[in-house]
Amino acid sequence: MTQKEKLVVIGNGMAGVNTVEHILKLAPNQFDITIFGSEPHPNYNRILLSYVLAGDSKVDDIVINSYEWYEEHNISLYTGETIIRINSATKTVTSDKGTTISYDKLIISTGSSAFMLPLPGADKEGVIAYRTIQDCEYMMEAAKNYKKAVVIGGGLLGLEAARGFLNLGMKVDVVHICDSIMERQLDRTASKMLRDKLESQGMNFLLNKKTEKILGKDRVKGLKFSDGSKVDADLVVMAVGISPNVQLAVDAGIEVNRGIVVNDFLETSVKNIFSVGECAEHRGIGYGLVAPLFEQGAVLAKKIVGVDTNPYEGSVVYTKLKVSGVDVFSGGEFIDGENTKSIKIEDEFSGIYKKVLIRENKIVGAVLFGDTSDGNRLMQMIRNETDITGFEKSAILQEPGNHGSSGLSVADMNEDEIICGCNGVSKGTICSAIKEQGLSSIEEVKNCTTASRSCGGCKPLVSDLLEYTLGDEFDKSAQKETMCECTDLEKDEIVAQIKEKGLSHVREVMSVLGWLNEEGCSKCRPAINYYLGMVNPKQYQDDSTSRFVNERMHANIQKDGTYSVVPRMYGGVTNPADLKKIATVAEKYNVPKVKITGGQRIDLLGVKKEDLTSMWEELDMPSGYAYGKAIRTVKTCVGEEFCRFGTADSMGMGIQIEKRFERLNTPAKVKMAVSGCPRNCAESGIKDLGVVAIDGGWELYAGGNGGVKLRKGDLVATVKTEEEVIEFTEAYLQYYRETGVYGERTSEWVERLGVQHIQDILADESKREELCGRMDTALSVLKDPWKQAVENEKIQKDLYEVIEAK
Amino acid sequence: MNNLNKDKSWIEVAKYDELPVNSGKTVRFKEKELAIFRLTNGKILAIENRCPHKDGVLAEGIVSGEYVFCPLHDRKIDLSSGLVQKPDTGCVKTFDVFVQNGKVYIALLEKSGIAS
Ligand code: SRM
Ligand SMILES: Cc1cc2nc3c(=O)[nH]c(=O)nc-3n(C[C@H](O)[C@H](O)[C@H](O)COP(=O)(O)OP(=O)(O)OC[C@H]3O[C@@H](n4cnc5c(N)ncnc54)[C@H](O)[C@@H]3O)c2cc1C
Ligand code: SF4
Ligand code: FES
Repeated sequence: MTQKEKLVVIGNGMAGVNTVEHILKLAPNQFDITIFGSEPHPNYNRILLSYVLAGDSKVDDIVINSYEWYEEHNISLYTGETIIRINSATKTVTSDKGTTISYDKLIISTGSSAFMLPLPGADKEGVIAYRTIQDCEYMMEAAKNYKKAVVIGGGLLGLEAARGFLNLGMKVDVVHICDSIMERQLDRTASKMLRDKLESQGMNFLLNKKTEKILGKDRVKGLKFSDGSKVDADLVVMAVGISPNVQLAVDAGIEVNRGIVVNDFLETSVKNIFSVGECAEHRGIGYGLVAPLFEQGAVLAKKIVGVDTNPYEGSVVYTKLKVSGVDVFSGGEFIDGENTKSIKIEDEFSGIYKKVLIRENKIVGAVLFGDTSDGNRLMQMIRNETDITGFEKSAILQEPGNHGSSGLSVADMNEDEIICGCNGVSKGTICSAIKEQGLSSIEEVKNCTTASRSCGGCKPLVSDLLEYTLGDEFDKSAQKETMCECTDLEKDEIVAQIKEKGLSHVREVMSVLGWLNEEGCSKCRPAINYYLGMVNPKQYQDDSTSRFVNERMHANIQKDGTYSVVPRMYGGVTNPADLKKIATVAEKYNVPKVKITGGQRIDLLGVKKEDLTSMWEELDMPSGYAYGKAIRTVKTCVGEEFCRFGTADSMGMGIQIEKRFERLNTPAKVKMAVSGCPRNCAESGIKDLGVVAIDGGWELYAGGNGGVKLRKGDLVATVKTEEEVIEFTEAYLQYYRETGVYGERTSEWVERLGVQHIQDILADESKREELCGRMDTALSVLKDPWKQAVENEKIQKDLYEVIEAK
Repeated sequence: MNNLNKDKSWIEVAKYDELPVNSGKTVRFKEKELAIFRLTNGKILAIENRCPHKDGVLAEGIVSGEYVFCPLHDRKIDLSSGLVQKPDTGCVKTFDVFVQNGKVYIALLEKSGIAS
C-alpha cells in the first residue's frame, strides 16, 4: 500500500474545515489529515455567535463538526495548539506546544483577529474584541456584574454585539466615527431607518465621535472623545475591523500584502502551500464573510485532490444584519453614482425601503430595509450580470407578498453557488441530495444537508430547487401538510381513515395506512394517539408510549431530568389550607424552587422522578396539566366581588370553566382567561379563548396567543348568561378538537379556518348542539392522572421507578 | 451471545417480564446512570442515560423500533450503536445486555461507543 499524502491545515475555523469537508467528499482516502486550531473547541459556526450573545442559541448549538466527526474521518485534531513556525524547506510545521508535523500539502486558514485600536488605556480590563466563543462567554459573564457597555464601531459586528448586550440587560452606547451607521453597506436613507429602529429597541448612538482615550484604573471606567466629551463604560467592545492573521506566512517567506497573496487556485507564492479564508488576499481583496470563503474552499479542495476546476475569480458579496426584528440586506454597490440609475420604493408607513442600483442596464447592487425577501433573487441577478432591458421595472422590485416569477430562477445558478450561507451548502449539494436520496420536502433537505437549518432565510430558494429538480412531482402546496417523514398522508385523510376503517390502535393505524417506518417517530405517534382519542373517546385506550415525556409522566421534564409539579388552582384562586399543604410538601421533599407561574398558580420545580407519585399523594390536589396539549389554566381577575369596575363574577366564571374542561386533550395547549370588565386584567385578549364581561353579558375572543407569535384574539360571539358562556366554549373547543391539526394552536387554527367561519359555526344553534353533545362524551371519561398513578402500583413501577443496581 | 462473557462484570438489574414494553427504565449503578429499553421486538438494549447534546435523560424518550428520541430536543439515537442520527452528530455509550432465566444482566464494561 502506498503511503497517503499528508495534508496539514492551520486554523480550525470556518474556511479551513469547510475545505476539508469538500476534500473528504471528493477523495475520502487520499490524505492523512491533521488540523491545528488555537481555540479549545471543535469547529464552530462563528457567524452564529451573535445568536449566542443574543440568547437565542447556546454555544453547543453552534458546533458544526463535533469531535466525533474528526474521529470518524481519522482527522488528527490539535485544539488549543497554535502553529508558530512553518518550515517550507523541511516541509514541517511546529506548534507552541512543541509538536512538529510534516506535510505534503499545507493549508493556511488562520482567519483574522479583531483589530484593536491602539488607544491609551486599551489594555485595561474590560476592553475586548468580539470574535470567538471565549469573547462571547466573557461578555455574557460581564453582563451579570456590570451595567453599561460601549461598543466602538457602528458596523455589522458592532450592532450585533450591541443588540446582544441589550438582550443581556445592559445599557449600551454605540460609538461611531462617522455620522451614519453601517455606512459601508447602507445608503443614508437605509442607515437612518436602521438607526431609528435600533434606537426604538433601546440602543443609544454616539455618532461623529473619535475615541481618544480609555479611562479607568485597572478596569475600564469610561471613554474620552476627541471633542472632550466622555461617557461611562464598564465594558468596551472594539468592533472596528479585522486584520488578517499573516505573521506565520510572513516569517515563512510567503508573499504577503494585507493578506496572504493567493492566485485563482488559492496557491500562495510557495509551492504546496495554500491559503483560504479571511487570512488570504485574492486579486487584492480580502473577504470578511463566509459565502466567498466557501466558494474559495470548493475550488481549493478540487485543486488539492487534483480534480479539474474552474478558477476562483472573486465574489460579489452581500450582508444581512442578524438582529431580531430588523431586516436589512445589502449587496453589491449601494451608493448612487454618476452613471448609475436606481429604482426605489420607500414606504414610511410600513417601514420598508428598497433600492436597486442599475448601470448600463445591469443590476449592480441593492439595499433592502424592512422586507428583504427579494435579496436572494437580486443577488443572483447581480452575480449573473443579467441584462434587464426587457424587464418591467416594477417587476424587478416586487411589492411585499407578491412574488411572481420575475428575473431569474435557480436554474440559472451555478452548481457551486452557495444557497445556505450559514451552513455553506451549495446548489449542487442540495440538488444531488434531492436526486440521490429521493428528498421531496424542505424539511428533508434540511435534515440531510443542513441547508436552511440556521436562520431559515434560504427556505424559498430550497423550495425553488425542489421544484426545479423534481419538476411536476413537486407539489408546493403539499409541502407542510404531511404529518412527518413516515407517511404521505395528511391529518384529514388519517382521521377519515380512522373513522372509516374503525382503527383503534396507534400501531394499527401505522400498519394499515402503510407507514414507511413501521414504528413511526416522535412526530406522528403522539398525533395519531390524539386523533384516535378524539374520534373515539369512550373506547380508545390511550397509548402512553406514544406520548411525549411530559404527558406520559404528567409532569414537566427539566433540563437536568428532574420534573416540575403544578397542582390545579382553579381560576388562580387558592386558600390557606391548600397553601399550607403545598408548603409542607415542598419542605418535606426539599423542592429546590417554588415559583408563582404566569398562569396564576404555584410551580414546584426540580422534583426527582422517583418522588413524584408520593408528592402527589400528599398534595392530594388534581394535576394542573401544566405539561400537556390540553386545557391549561383559566386566568381570572378579581371581578365584581371586590373590584370597583367589575361588572360580573369573573373568578366564579373562570373556576366554572376550568372545572368543566380540566384534563381535556386538545390539538395544542389551550389557555383561557376571564376578565370582569374590558380593562381586561386577566389578559383575555391574548388567550386561546378569552372571556370579557361587559355590561349585561360576555364577549368571547378566540385565537389569541401571547407566545412566540403574539396574536390578538378575535371577537367570535357575544352572549348573555354564564350558561351560554359554557355552551359556546364547549362548542368552540370541540370544533377545535375536531378540526385542529395536532400541534396547531388556536391562533393558527383561527387564521387557517377564518374568523368568519368560526363565528358562523358558533352562531348555528344545531351545530352547537351537536358539538356540545360530543364534548359531553369526551369529558365524561376523563380521570385525574395523578390520582390514577397514586392508586396504581403498575403505573408507579413502569413509569416512575428507578432501579438501583448493586 | 450465549454465555456470560467472563471478561465483563455482569450486574443483574431487572426481571425481563417486569420491564414495560416499548419504554425505557432508569438504572443507577454507582456513579453511572443507564437507560434500558425493552423493545417491541423483544430485544433489550442499554445505553448511557445522557444525551450527547445536552444531557437529556434518554430513558424517558419516545421509543420507535430500535431508536429513541431524546425527550429534550428530539435527537434520534440508535439504541444498538449509540449513534445520533443525521443531521445531528454524536454518540452515546452502549452496554452489553444478557438475558438468562428471565433476568436481565448488563455488562458494566462499555462496548466501544464509536462505530466506524
Ligand atoms: C411555568 C411557566 C413559566 C412560569 O414560571 O411562569 C411556563 C413554563 C414553560 N413553558 Fe410557558 N410557561 C408558563 C406560562 C406561559 C405563558 C403565559 C400564560 O399562560 O399566561 C405563555 C404565553 C401565552 C401563550 O401561550 O399564549 C407561555 C408560552 C409558552 C410557549 C409558546 C407557545 C406559543 O404557541 O407560542 C411554549 C413553547 C411551546 O409550547 O411549544 C412554552 C413552554 C413552556 C415549557 C413547558 C417548556 C417545555 O416544553 O419544557 C416550560 C416548562 C418549564 C419547566 O421546566 O417546568 N410556553 N408560557 C408558566 C406556566 C403557567 C401555568 O401555570 O401553567
Ligand atoms: C460575531 C461575528 C458575526 C459574524 N457574522 C457573519 C455573518 O452574518 N455573515 C458572514 O458571512 N460572516 C460573518 N462573520 C464573519 C465570519 O465569521 C468569518 O468571515 C469567518 O469565520 C472566517 O473564516 P476563517 O476560517 O477565515 O477564519 P476563522 O473562522 O476565524 O478561523 C480561523 C481559526 O484559525 C485559528 N488560528 C489562527 N492562527 C492559528 C495558528 N497559528 N495556529 C492554529 N490555529 C490558528 C483561529 O483561532 C481560528 O479559530 C461574523 C464574524 C463574527 C466574529
Ligand atoms: S419558562 Fe417559558 S419563557 Fe421561560 S425559558 Fe422556559 S420556555 Fe422560555
Ligand atoms: S439533550 Fe438530547 S436532544 Fe438536546
